[in-house]
Amino acid sequence: MLRLELRPAPSAAASLATPLVAIALTLVSGAILFAALGRDPAEGFRAFFVEPSSSAYGLAELMLKAGPLMLIGTGLAIGYRANVWNIGAEGQLVLGAIAGTGVALAFDESDSLLVLPGMFLAGALAGAAWAAIPAWLRTRFNANEILTSLMLVYIAQLLLSWLVHGPWRDPQGFNFPQSKLFAEAALLAPWFEGLRVTNAFLIAIAGVAIGWLVIERSFLGFRLRVSGEAPDAARYAGFDAKRAVWVGMLAGGLAAGIAGVAEVAGPVGQLTPNVSPGYGFAAIIAAFVGRLRPIGIVFASLLIALLYLGGESAQIALNLPAAITGVFQGMLLIYLLAADVLIRYRVRFGHRRARA
Amino acid sequence: MSTPVPRLALAGIGKAYPSVVANADIDLAVMPGEVHALLGENGAGKSTLMKIVYGVVQPDAGEIRWEGEPTVIATPADARRLGIGMVFQHFSLFETLTVAENVAIGLDEHASPRALAPRIVAVSHRYGLDVDPARPVYSLSVGERQRVEIVRALLGRPKLLILDEPTSVLTPQAAEALFVVLRQLSEEGVSILYISHKLEEIRALAARATVLRGGRVVATVDPRAESPAALARHMIGRELPPPVARAPHPVGPVRLAAAGLTLEPETPHGTRLEDVSFELRAGEILGIAGVSGNGQSELLAAISGERQAPSPAMLLLDGEPAGALGAGARRKHGLAYVPERRLGHATVPEMSLAENTLLTAHRRGLVQGGLVRRDAARQRAAETMKAFDVRAGGVNAAAESLSGGNLQKFVVGREVALAPKVLVVAQPTWGVDVGATAFIRAELVRLRDAGAAVLVVSEDLDELLEVSDRIAVLYRGRLTPPVDAAAHDAESIGLLMGGAHASA
Repeated sequence: MLRLELRPAPSAAASLATPLVAIALTLVSGAILFAALGRDPAEGFRAFFVEPSSSAYGLAELMLKAGPLMLIGTGLAIGYRANVWNIGAEGQLVLGAIAGTGVALAFDESDSLLVLPGMFLAGALAGAAWAAIPAWLRTRFNANEILTSLMLVYIAQLLLSWLVHGPWRDPQGFNFPQSKLFAEAALLAPWFEGLRVTNAFLIAIAGVAIGWLVIERSFLGFRLRVSGEAPDAARYAGFDAKRAVWVGMLAGGLAAGIAGVAEVAGPVGQLTPNVSPGYGFAAIIAAFVGRLRPIGIVFASLLIALLYLGGESAQIALNLPAAITGVFQGMLLIYLLAADVLIRYRVRFGHRRARA
Repeated sequence: MSTPVPRLALAGIGKAYPSVVANADIDLAVMPGEVHALLGENGAGKSTLMKIVYGVVQPDAGEIRWEGEPTVIATPADARRLGIGMVFQHFSLFETLTVAENVAIGLDEHASPRALAPRIVAVSHRYGLDVDPARPVYSLSVGERQRVEIVRALLGRPKLLILDEPTSVLTPQAAEALFVVLRQLSEEGVSILYISHKLEEIRALAARATVLRGGRVVATVDPRAESPAALARHMIGRELPPPVARAPHPVGPVRLAAAGLTLEPETPHGTRLEDVSFELRAGEILGIAGVSGNGQSELLAAISGERQAPSPAMLLLDGEPAGALGAGARRKHGLAYVPERRLGHATVPEMSLAENTLLTAHRRGLVQGGLVRRDAARQRAAETMKAFDVRAGGVNAAAESLSGGNLQKFVVGREVALAPKVLVVAQPTWGVDVGATAFIRAELVRLRDAGAAVLVVSEDLDELLEVSDRIAVLYRGRLTPPVDAAAHDAESIGLLMGGAHASA
């Protein structure tokens, strides 16, 4: 008989261990999955985890994908710490990409060094503005931000779709739904010839550092955490609950908007209907697997980035469907949420006297 | 006839939790018709023991005998089948349902509320427990709710009735009425297990008392044959601390005043504050008595700034209108506050003591350039812990890891260290052990002697009489004019708590 017993206090050690437990369970389930699909699990793991991380190109791609995840994950964590559940980073990222594209297209002829900063500024503001809508709905009407922020993702994606099919469609683009390729001044230059990683990674690292300062060291972060962990204590201390909602939502929106610009100005180089491979949602997983702490989020982002690459590599090497990436991401989050019960409970074997 | 068989006999009962041994080797016997008191401080293991008897918790060791037969009580339903009834300290009633509906839910037999109504009326007449089965529970006072709980337990025709600190929510007069019922039940042969830490009560009611300390039985005595001091010695293991010495003290200007404070309740079943007025001066302690649920939480929220008054002039801090200010702004004006609920209101449970110091002391140089000065916060927490004798695993210990008494000392210490002009304290010693209680009361008096204005809201009349200069009673959202504490006793204030008009 397996029993769960309440711990006298939540275990800090378990809170650090459960992400590892979740990773282990994901790998075991992955092996079973590979076997069930008639593939050799060892080969599957090699394709999934070893191949992508054993070349310069693979490592560059890892940074390319981990960058937006850690940036958005950190921004979301600021809100999650305050019990502000921004689920709509994907939409905020799309808005950032749209605004960045708007600036890039408007200054298409310019070779000014200010074009890129202008794009990032516009993208950050657009992402924040998109996040401001659920913040306002929550503080004004007490509307649940989980629902409103999520629904705004679909609105953002339809807006994007309309733009690339309509006003921003490249006239020389053979009718493909995508914008013009950006001019040189609107693009982030790769660090190395042939690799796609750019200064966007440094921006992400800087964002994580700022997030770390806010969450772990600042009085603002302290107030947000109090609002999240004990709303009555926040009220008692005189910390403004509405402000916590605003700060928490805008932090995620800002980060997602910047990440959106980094996509269009970096690897993509234009606005396309699929500008994000789901970074806004995957970043939620990164935030939780990273325990809402920036340093943990960096590692979680690298892991999830590896899952993206491994999924692609498994598609090619093992002829597996594209959905494999989503399956691994989903398993990781589910196992983490399930394993988190160990933070407050411990498992005991053997029974107690039978209950009637 | 042979020797009578105890109705309930516990032998060697033990129960250990991961971090604490709640009960160890406990023997206890209750005879038919006996009123048996279980005496002990908070944390002595009384509640765990009663949960074992009522089948809520399973013991790790020992044997339970019911009327001589070894018995396993696996669930509360088992306990009720045997004839054990329990009245919990915290009521388990649904506010939106009627009395009869609540009773129907709580009974094991399936009876409709309508069918139960005459039985409820019959029981309530028989014992003088006046309850109306058709009334919704939210409209009942705390004392009436307790009667509902008792009637519900009595409908199961118990042979043993357990009451957990039943008078903690009652006025002295209501408590006396309860004793009459309990004596009647005892004469009818019902055994009663009565949990309390109030010595006078136990001496008035019980012929035998088992005293618990640290989860063990330290004495089984006849409380009528023992002096209160001797009982206290058993209970806390040393001499009872003397009451706080409180010399008359000159008062200064008015620091805090309410002028016609009227406030709608925040929740549907809250209490509306009506035209509450008082003046609190520097160098005095004003006690606010009353059974909880009479507007205490609303009044405290309105004074602390957790809620705003409808008009700024309804509340004055140092003569300035403060009713519109938030909690932070009022703190800037020198107000400090110790709320009733220590975990989750006065402190963030998962956060360390250092971080919890930051909660209210962040204006005292603990924040620089937007960043937390963590060393300064830890140092301030350490100073508070030293000055108030807070026993904990250090400044990094989580608030929730402290015992109730130690956490309360920490919270009071944190607020006192702010050197407030006005200190508002709710239930300063609720659930706190005897030693910490004496310490906290002495600190409140010391703060008053140092010239602060102190407002104490408490259900414990003895406490208010010990520390207060003046006492007012909050009853159904209205505040009586304050009376001189020295000229009154628990009896006369108790009458005001029950709604009698001020006579002095």
